Amino acid sequence: MNNEEIVARVQANPKFQELVQKKTGFGWMLSIVMLAIYYGFILVLAFNPSGLGASLSGGITTVGIPVGLGVIISAFVLTGIYVQRANGEFDRLTQEVVEEARK
Amino acid sequence: MNRRIPQILGALALVGLSAAAFAAGAVEGEVQKAKATNWSAIIMFFAFVGFTLGITYWAARRTQSASDFYTAGGGISGFQNGLAIAGDYMSAASFLGISAMVFDKGYDGLIYSIGFLVGWPVILFLVAERLRNLGKFTFADVASYRLAQTPVRILAATGTLVVVALYLIAQMVGAGKLIQLLFGLDYAIAVVLVGVLMVMYVMFGGMLATTWVQIIKAVILLSGASFMALMVLVSVGFSPEAMFAKAVENHPKATAIMAPGGLVSNPIDAISLGLALMFGTAGLPHILMRFFTVGNAKEARKSVFFATGFIGYFYILTFIIGFGAIFLVGTNPNFLDDAGKIVGGNNMVAVHLAKAVGGDLFLGFISAVAFATILAVVAGLALSGASAVSHDLYASVIKKGKANEKDEMRVSKMTTLVLGVLSIILGIAFEKQNIAFMVGLAFSIAASANFPVLFLSMFWKGLTTRGAVIGGFIGLTSAVVLIVFGPTVWVEVLGHAKGSELFPYKNPALFSMTLAFFSTWLFSVTDSSRQAQEEKGRFDAQFVRSMTGIGAAGASKH
Repeated sequence: MNNEEIVARVQANPKFQELVQKKTGFGWMLSIVMLAIYYGFILVLAFNPSGLGASLSGGITTVGIPVGLGVIISAFVLTGIYVQRANGEFDRLTQEVVEEARK
Repeated sequence: MNRRIPQILGALALVGLSAAAFAAGAVEGEVQKAKATNWSAIIMFFAFVGFTLGITYWAARRTQSASDFYTAGGGISGFQNGLAIAGDYMSAASFLGISAMVFDKGYDGLIYSIGFLVGWPVILFLVAERLRNLGKFTFADVASYRLAQTPVRILAATGTLVVVALYLIAQMVGAGKLIQLLFGLDYAIAVVLVGVLMVMYVMFGGMLATTWVQIIKAVILLSGASFMALMVLVSVGFSPEAMFAKAVENHPKATAIMAPGGLVSNPIDAISLGLALMFGTAGLPHILMRFFTVGNAKEARKSVFFATGFIGYFYILTFIIGFGAIFLVGTNPNFLDDAGKIVGGNNMVAVHLAKAVGGDLFLGFISAVAFATILAVVAGLALSGASAVSHDLYASVIKKGKANEKDEMRVSKMTTLVLGVLSIILGIAFEKQNIAFMVGLAFSIAASANFPVLFLSMFWKGLTTRGAVIGGFIGLTSAVVLIVFGPTVWVEVLGHAKGSELFPYKNPALFSMTLAFFSTWLFSVTDSSRQAQEEKGRFDAQFVRSMTGIGAAGASKH
């Protein structure tokens, strides 16, 4: 079986369409979430810097500290969410598509 | 509402500008030589060099094929590669520079580091797996996948070499100055030492040695920084509140360090730089090449997950280190000169903190780590430049893909040697030059020449060779021309009168990237040649491979 046939078979496989749709959609969605978190943070810096500078609970620590650390942690958590789903669902689908193409 | 807009731009500008300082990568200006030769640092540095040369020897015996040389045979695990990628990102400049920024400005330092981190998840979601599935040794493999080999490889190799050269010069000059300061060694000796070790790692040990040197450095840097952050926390009884209170008490800006601050000179500049940093990261050849060292898309994906975690953790550590330095270094007369300024400049606060929390021995350790960091980063750069010459120019363009592997590797090793000699010469030649613009320029070129072509080749069926080549070169030349005509080079380097610059912004990426994307699109859609039709026709096969990995280059040892 030559390469063109494999490509045609893969493309005709509804599982491949499902994989493309889910994986691409999920990737763009998480990218947008990351950008929204980051630019949201930037907007707060612009609109309400004193809000970030306000005391968290009466002490020296400001609201900005947990918010800033939260953005860092969110980046890591988002990559984790993606890897979790990709390692399971997407890889299973990919595996099935690859096996069915080689039959 | 309208009056808010400047503030938003201001906030963006703050992030962008600070990121520039952070990225600049070099210890700027005249440095005082260390008062005495720092022996414990030198001994630990030699221990590191000895150990890494041992690894190079081990790696050399395992490096036989071209795949071993370029990608460590694809046998690096996702976790290891995550450490190596994080290592590429955690340069001496980011360790010393960001802790200095937190020391000086407090909360703003945290904002800076965040701007650098958020590009990584996006690379994972959109680029990493596709890149792994399509490429073999260099990102040019991906860009030229369905296009004409010769012109696209020449474009990609040019983009790679320009970025590598600028980055290398900046690193060499920064290395020379830092080593002068830390070890009391002569500038020229320091530069020669870095150049010689770089060549040895890459020429003999290839990607395997380069990766392991980077991994070891990442581990010792993270351990050292963790220890420093821990000691800071111990000194305040593990209470962040107590740490912040003590810092506020001892900082001239008092409570201002706990809130966002900072000034904006030019918001467009800042947005432009922000774009360069975010998309430049996805166009840096020495970072992209790391995705080919893992066995498959799954490992590529895991490597970004670990890299993001390590880089984020590292930024949190530098935040604690910077705050700790405010009351552990800034108040200690041993670290202040007669004028009450930090000895060696603010960039040295992390080094002084090492001494404050761990004595001379730990100071030596951290100094050696700083040097190791530079070595690991320049080795990756040299390998990336050498691959562009041997794999893209020699094997694909000159030999039309029919080069024998031995010759290709010989060319690669010779190129490494040439790059080593060149970087020593340039490092010495640029000692007294203002090189701060170079890393910014490297990011702008990566974002304007490499990234658009790479991104469109994977995501847009309509891309043709004509569009890619014209668009890529327009991105490259516009980035260079706009930088040269901008204030940094025109005024500060070439010495023209202030205000006489022909282009008002320091960072061209907003304009050069837009121009690159637009011209790539324009020259692709107007390309009705038969070749263009064929290239579009090959997209489906490329897309299937990029999504499924069918036909992707695997690990070499099956």
